[in-house]
Amino acid sequence: MSPSTSSSTTTTGAVARRRKPRDQRIKGKGLRAYVAGVYAFLFAPIVVLVLFSFNDSKRNATWKGFTLKWYDALFHDQPVLDSLWLTLRVAIIATIIATVFGSFAAYALTRYKFRGSGLYNGAIYVPLVIPEIVFAVALLSGFNAASVGLSMKTVIISHVAFMVSFVIVVVKARMSGFDNALEEAAMDLGANEIQTFVYVTLPFMLPGIMAGALLAFVLSFDDFVITFFNSGVGNTTLPLKVYSMVKFGVTPEINAISVFMLLVSILMVLASYKLQGGPPTVVVKDKIKE
Amino acid sequence: MARLRGHNFVVANLLMGPTMLWLVLFLILPLGVILVYSFGSRGTYGDVILGFSFDNYLRAFNPTWLPIILRSFGFAAVATILTLLLGYPLAYFIAVYGGRRKNIYLIMVMLPFWTSYLIRTYSWIVILRSQGVINTVLMWTHLTSNPIEILNTPYSVILGLTYGFLPFMTLPLYASLEKLDKSLIEAAWDLGATRFWALMKVTIPLSLPGIIAGTLLTFIPAVGDFITPDLLGGPNTMMIGNLIQQQFLSARDWAYGSALSFSLMAILLLGIFFYVRKAGAENLA
Repeated sequence: MSPSTSSSTTTTGAVARRRKPRDQRIKGKGLRAYVAGVYAFLFAPIVVLVLFSFNDSKRNATWKGFTLKWYDALFHDQPVLDSLWLTLRVAIIATIIATVFGSFAAYALTRYKFRGSGLYNGAIYVPLVIPEIVFAVALLSGFNAASVGLSMKTVIISHVAFMVSFVIVVVKARMSGFDNALEEAAMDLGANEIQTFVYVTLPFMLPGIMAGALLAFVLSFDDFVITFFNSGVGNTTLPLKVYSMVKFGVTPEINAISVFMLLVSILMVLASYKLQGGPPTVVVKDKIKE
Repeated sequence: MARLRGHNFVVANLLMGPTMLWLVLFLILPLGVILVYSFGSRGTYGDVILGFSFDNYLRAFNPTWLPIILRSFGFAAVATILTLLLGYPLAYFIAVYGGRRKNIYLIMVMLPFWTSYLIRTYSWIVILRSQGVINTVLMWTHLTSNPIEILNTPYSVILGLTYGFLPFMTLPLYASLEKLDKSLIEAAWDLGATRFWALMKVTIPLSLPGIIAGTLLTFIPAVGDFITPDLLGGPNTMMIGNLIQQQFLSARDWAYGSALSFSLMAILLLGIFFYVRKAGAENLA
């Protein structure tokens, strides 16, 4: 353990440090180096994309100088802008639907104990555990069996189907920290149920709802597999556009779109974490519980 | 509380209603449709002729397709082991040595988890292709005279899967290690265990729920992945996801595609069931 790890375990750490033989400290350094390597592995590809989106060379991986021309090209590429616009419309509409439905469900699941709640709790995890491609082809087959033509509407419907569970998980996590005494106090002071909900419960839920909405937006904005199968002809969202461009060949413009998309996701997710008061391990934990 | 709780079943069900309706209409029923389709056969125009035969399920074991299915499970298993080898020390480090910067370390793992999988996979094309970063460096340093073919090999697909799912493995591992009582590890040291044996006998067994959860969260999407083999692989690295895509979008044999999808889901769900039961579901997360 090096001196820089003055963590919450300072007291026990100090005792342990005195007793620890030299070879253990060296192993701690080995762990640090290994972990640094893993982080490098996680971020190297992203760094490469960012670097090459500014590289003034069309074909090769050699550095030819700094340029903004790929970003400039991006903002003058009408098909790309159309895709972006479509992606935003889909994401906004799907997010609104999934957030409203998901918040209702999360409220019901945390505030009421009722028969069937166990079944409901299980059901919301199904979209999280089935392989995405199975989800995608099932939706496609379902639309086909019901003779529903693929369109922007089917994309939105499909997105809501996988987003709603994420919203429920995030809002539920927020609600689990709710103190029932607050509601009781409001009602003892003369508020009726609706007033209690509007002035006490809803304001408490709101950060969770916003955080869930932001994550849902990112899921929709980035979704490729489910959209790929359920969008039909001409409804090219930005991920589909990137996919077809990649199939055609690697260009610096794709790097620029990629950086733009990464930036959108990262900003939204950071905002969501801020609302949730830190990186939520609960999302992951909840995801696994089933 | 009694006043709010006592009333009532109806309100709770009304609130659950829209979500459940959506999940039934756009998840459960569609899964029913592919189950029905899977017993049918392909019509002349790529439509599905309903029927009741198990031919589509048996076809999966045909020598043409079996290697693809076995490969999917093989690649996913190797990638899962690699993510565990990379992710466990990472999660352990954040949980035990993270200190004040724990949240930052954690966010650095989570950001890739929430960014586009398509783009993260694409970034490896930029690195691995013949005019890519690695080959440019190799040729510039004269280590090779011709670019090495790294893309379209099993290596590139396994690398892509490992990269793509590393956060899926790391986060549940962290969730489990973080709850672990560190004084137990120190007790093991005090009682004379070396670091290695303390790890093997104390830390790893106690973090087993995280290992199981991470393994499931990595293995399931990895088996069914279609982006990675599609972008980083070639005809010889086809996985079941590509096969399903092909049946639905180019061969237009939806009946066979449905049987493949349904089997994939059933095998994975059964796997989860037995794995979790054996390891004790209550301890998960």
